[in-house]
Amino acid sequence: MTTQDKRIPQTVPLQSATFTNPINAEIRRAAATGIYDIRGGGAKRRVPHFDDLLFLGASISRYPLEGYRETCDTRVTLGTRFAKKPIELDIPITIAGMSFGALSAQAKEALGRGASAAGTSTTTGDGGMTPEERGHSTKLVYQYLPSRYGMNPDDLRRADAIEIVVGQGAKPGGGGMLLGQKISDRVAEMRTLPKGIDQRSACRHPDWTGPDDLEIKILELREITGWQVPIYVKVGGTRPYYDTALAVKAGADVVVMDGMQGGTAATQDVFIENVGLPTLACIRPAVRALQDLGMHREVQLVISGGIRTGADVAKALALGADAVAIGTAALVALGDNDPRYESEYNALGTTAGAYDDWHEGRDPAGITTQDPVLAARLDPIEGGRRLRNYLKVMTLEAQTIARACGHNHLHNLEPEDLCALTMEAAAMAQIPLAGTEWYPGKPGTGY
Amino acid sequence: MQTLDLATHALREMNAALQAQSQQTNATQWEILNPRGAHAIAVGLDAPIEVTVRGSTGYYCAGMNKQATVHVTGSAGPGVAENMMSGTVIIDGDASQYAGATGRGGLLVIKGNAASRCGISMKGIDIVVHGNIGHMSAFMGQAGNLVVCGDAGDALGDSLYEARLFVRGSVKSLGADCIEKEMRPEHLEILRDLLARAGADAKPEEFRRYGSARKLYNFNIDNAAAY
Repeated sequence: MTTQDKRIPQTVPLQSATFTNPINAEIRRAAATGIYDIRGGGAKRRVPHFDDLLFLGASISRYPLEGYRETCDTRVTLGTRFAKKPIELDIPITIAGMSFGALSAQAKEALGRGASAAGTSTTTGDGGMTPEERGHSTKLVYQYLPSRYGMNPDDLRRADAIEIVVGQGAKPGGGGMLLGQKISDRVAEMRTLPKGIDQRSACRHPDWTGPDDLEIKILELREITGWQVPIYVKVGGTRPYYDTALAVKAGADVVVMDGMQGGTAATQDVFIENVGLPTLACIRPAVRALQDLGMHREVQLVISGGIRTGADVAKALALGADAVAIGTAALVALGDNDPRYESEYNALGTTAGAYDDWHEGRDPAGITTQDPVLAARLDPIEGGRRLRNYLKVMTLEAQTIARACGHNHLHNLEPEDLCALTMEAAAMAQIPLAGTEWYPGKPGTGY
Repeated sequence: MQTLDLATHALREMNAALQAQSQQTNATQWEILNPRGAHAIAVGLDAPIEVTVRGSTGYYCAGMNKQATVHVTGSAGPGVAENMMSGTVIIDGDASQYAGATGRGGLLVIKGNAASRCGISMKGIDIVVHGNIGHMSAFMGQAGNLVVCGDAGDALGDSLYEARLFVRGSVKSLGADCIEKEMRPEHLEILRDLLARAGADAKPEEFRRYGSARKLYNFNIDNAAAY
């Protein structure tokens, strides 16, 4: 209420907590354009995450290892259940699937170089396998996606593992869209579609539905590849207990569980922010499913979605994962959202750190683009070196924490090494609230 | 003729023997006995061999086939010749859903009927069905030709890209962005060739052609009702 009478105290203009400035801006944008907002990346909203957990470290009851002298092993083998040639990695941090098309050829090469130098694997994406990617990746996981763009048996046999993508954390239940402006001649040819048109990626596989069919599909892929390589099943984090159990039942060697902070090349913002589970909430149910089936450590669990630091790696492993996968963080390591391009981000109406219009193909860092001029900005050798460094640092960080907790292998980290800072994180991770022995939902507590 | 009996040979043993054949193999004729609806029979082949499966198959028979000719004397389960690259697959009986799904080349001939989603996401394969096909066939079909000598079910060619569809009988309904198109001389030639290669007793002039209206190629809010 306002009044012209200066003697009466005025009310302060109050912004709505419901109709916030960003919400109102989106309403105006939708009204002006008639289309929902599409962007890349994962959920930006604040959700309980690894930051809400702490390690306890050693004390009288735990004996630490000497940080710079005693060994802390980081090796992990994925695909030990059925594959004749499981993937042996030096570190439990892998590079998640990202497509050529969404990313430039230089970026894909850099990911391969960096992963190989760090002794880990990288993964193809929607659009198939490029010779550059295969050539620069010591260990390459080939994604088997609903679109089947570029799918062929020769590449299937060239792969070190196959990842059947049922869904991803940014958009569980949703398909994808590579907008026409990123469809170069090469991308169009690889996908058998005309140049310049929007290329839809279906939300479900064209030739199977449900876990019983998936079991037969896995059989087919094993028969085509001679039972040589591991078969992963990747799911978006929604019903982690049941999806993990069903993937195991279907015959998966590895389950990849991707939480809602996991990135995408292009999806509706409303989807990214409103569908799926936080990564933190996915891990314990997935581990419990494996334990209930007697398959924990026999079927490996890879966690992805918002992994950024060695602490995140260590926490995911302590909760029961065998390895993690990074996507967005790897792009940042290559140079994505680097402040040195601030003026160019400003020209695109955004700022370094917030740039997420990856689908438009105008990435100043030359990573999420098919523009040859922009793509040339990324030197794949230098990019690979940066990614290698980053992976090494993450590994050292995780080792540092593991040693402090008294473990000589990252896989020896355990839930008892952790406490939670918030009730929400305690409930989701099933880790006691700091200073207590209790978490919401703990069996036998009545809460 | 090399004979593999699935009553006595394991699936892995059979597929390994077929997959081991090279371009120069002299063992060009193979016979599979007692398939009994087994899944993944004759998958991932990559040699100019002829494989006759005497009976009916389960899922994904001849999946990702290259070069080989696979002839099923019975009916085929879901996903027959899925993602086929080249070669020929012939089904004497009926085919279940997803026949020829995502196929990138070669010729799939179904002498009976095909169930739903025949040719889904086809990427260059040619499919000739002597009988009828079920609903949602050629959904998101990108390239290649689907020839139906009988009738087509609901939502034919929904969200079609550049695949060509030819139907001799009735079409229950067309899917989003699929329209009837003019049959030009070059299409009659394509059809004549495919019918001859598939051994189908039909004349090209009896067919109608369907293809994409290309209105959904780039998102436009004014077309939202079609999604």
